[in-house]
Amino acid sequence: MSGHVAPKSMYYAVFAALLVGTGLTVAVAFVDLGALNNVLMLGIAVTKALLVILFFMHVRWSSRLTWVVAASGFVWLLILFGITMSDYLTRGWVEGTLR
Amino acid sequence: MSDGQSSYQPPPVAIHPAAHGHTPHHPYLQHHFDSMAQQMEASTLGMWTFLVTEIMFFGGLFMAYLVYRHQSPLGFQEASHHLDVLWGTANTAILIISSLTMALAVRAAQTSQPRSTQVGYLLATMVLGAAFLGIKAVEYAAKFRDHIVPGPYFEWHGLYPKPAEQFYSLYFAMTGLHALHMVIGLGIMTVITIMAWKKQFDRDYYTPVEVAGLYWHFVDIVWIFLFPLLYLIGRHYHAA
Repeated sequence: MSGHVAPKSMYYAVFAALLVGTGLTVAVAFVDLGALNNVLMLGIAVTKALLVILFFMHVRWSSRLTWVVAASGFVWLLILFGITMSDYLTRGWVEGTLR
Repeated sequence: MSDGQSSYQPPPVAIHPAAHGHTPHHPYLQHHFDSMAQQMEASTLGMWTFLVTEIMFFGGLFMAYLVYRHQSPLGFQEASHHLDVLWGTANTAILIISSLTMALAVRAAQTSQPRSTQVGYLLATMVLGAAFLGIKAVEYAAKFRDHIVPGPYFEWHGLYPKPAEQFYSLYFAMTGLHALHMVIGLGIMTVITIMAWKKQFDRDYYTPVEVAGLYWHFVDIVWIFLFPLLYLIGRHYHAA
């Protein structure tokens, strides 16, 4: 049987990238960049999460079915965020509506 | 005593083939699967399905965070400013190292490394997980001491006491749920370590380590998002 065996060096490379990402996100947090702070913070977090999912969790070498199931979790999460915030973000757009 | 032999006792040969009428197979292959590969695929998929429900479980809390932070961005920044970035960063690093040792434990099983290697990586993962919880306990204790635990004794001397209490409610709910997952993860790892000690894993059968690893990495991913959202948003906040 045996799935794909990745070389140890790959795990160390991903590990190093995760540490660099952590250092970067802490450093960036101390600089006031306005809205860009949130963009960078979430961008780095998403990149780190993808590295863990693809390499540590072996999704890169998993079946298409696993890809679809794993991705579906995040699709539903975005639906939750998207539809809820479409309410909160648009309150008060129309005169006299709830703020 | 422990000669390291697998605790698995194959069913008596006389009964086994007669009852099932098929060729001998790997002792860990369950009869409703065709092959070890199919069995592993099913287990992996099952774990991912569970993790999808976990994404939504934590997702509800992230949703609440988004709504309340949207309603009081400055209040959340002020509240976040009080958290200790050093502890938060240390814990992030600890979890990332534990994910590395976890991945290496899976690889050790996958490549039929000796039991000492497999158990070593698993124990390292558990020690790091325990260290994470230890730091969390130190942080929680400080919150109780400083009266910033939501409830009747909550005190806030900044400009935004109400949003601060909301922030700390979410802080304890999110990090608490995450810590609970860490505790469960340590329980799972204990079982996996015992299995590895009994030499149950090799290149033909390592599904339990792989699947436990998926859970462990998932808990790491949750922290990857909790850390910046809780600890880092207030770094450049200066009270007006």
